[in-house]
Amino acid sequence: MTIIPNFDDDDDDEGRKLAIICSKGNLDMAYPGLVLGNAALGEGVETHLFFTFWGFDMITKSRMHDLKFSPVGNTAMHLPMKDLRVPQALAPMPGMTGMATKKMKEQIADLGIPEVPEFLDQIVAAGGHLWACRMSADMQDLDETDLRDDVEGIINAADFMEMTKGAQLLFI
Amino acid sequence: MPVATIAGQEIHINDEGYLTEYDEWNEDVGQELAQNIGIDMTDDHWAVIRFLREDYKEKGETATTRRVDKVGGFPTKQQFQLFPKKPGKKMSYIAGLPKPHGCV
Repeated sequence: MTIIPNFDDDDDDEGRKLAIICSKGNLDMAYPGLVLGNAALGEGVETHLFFTFWGFDMITKSRMHDLKFSPVGNTAMHLPMKDLRVPQALAPMPGMTGMATKKMKEQIADLGIPEVPEFLDQIVAAGGHLWACRMSADMQDLDETDLRDDVEGIINAADFMEMTKGAQLLFI
Repeated sequence: MPVATIAGQEIHINDEGYLTEYDEWNEDVGQELAQNIGIDMTDDHWAVIRFLREDYKEKGETATTRRVDKVGGFPTKQQFQLFPKKPGKKMSYIAGLPKPHGCV
């Protein structure tokens, strides 16, 4: 007997569609949207990433290489070894954010996962669409020239609603 | 474990149809697997499949699309052109390997 995997190639008409709203600019919160968006594209799902508020830093040329991970306010944070928690009183000490960011970047790199800008390159190469939020651009006084060249447009909330008709939505 | 006849040979497969024995695969089998999912194999397709086979032999796990890009040298875009929509799964199926295990 032969079993052929079902790759759903015939589902074109009612194709699945996913929109991910990336609203955070912390290093750790940049990744969930990227990992899931990349996975969706690999499953043949039409995928749109919409960057808003602090998530804008992920696509802003001057900031996208420099996202940080901070232990401040993160009571769940433990050190990479054992189950040692970081006391919240120490979290805001000078150097803590730098140290935590460096460590997290190392762990991510060890898994062969790219940094944020390169990850977005991969998502675009896989057919993903990047969109920027109009209000965030206006608030930060940024325009297309400040953003990655592959951002397809700065769009407003109504445009986004129209574009994501029938899509599944993730807010991160 | 189901046994299928592919390219005239008895081949072990799992419930989804992926091969389970690395050594039961050869290019005739790959050719038939590709036909099963509507892919016409060209030299470019074979180059990717051969990389996946070699890489699996070395690493013991199926390369993800990212690894096929970074280590194999086949750009993501090309992978999507050759194996439309679900390159990771389609490549591994044709190569007679398990689906990729990694997230990225």
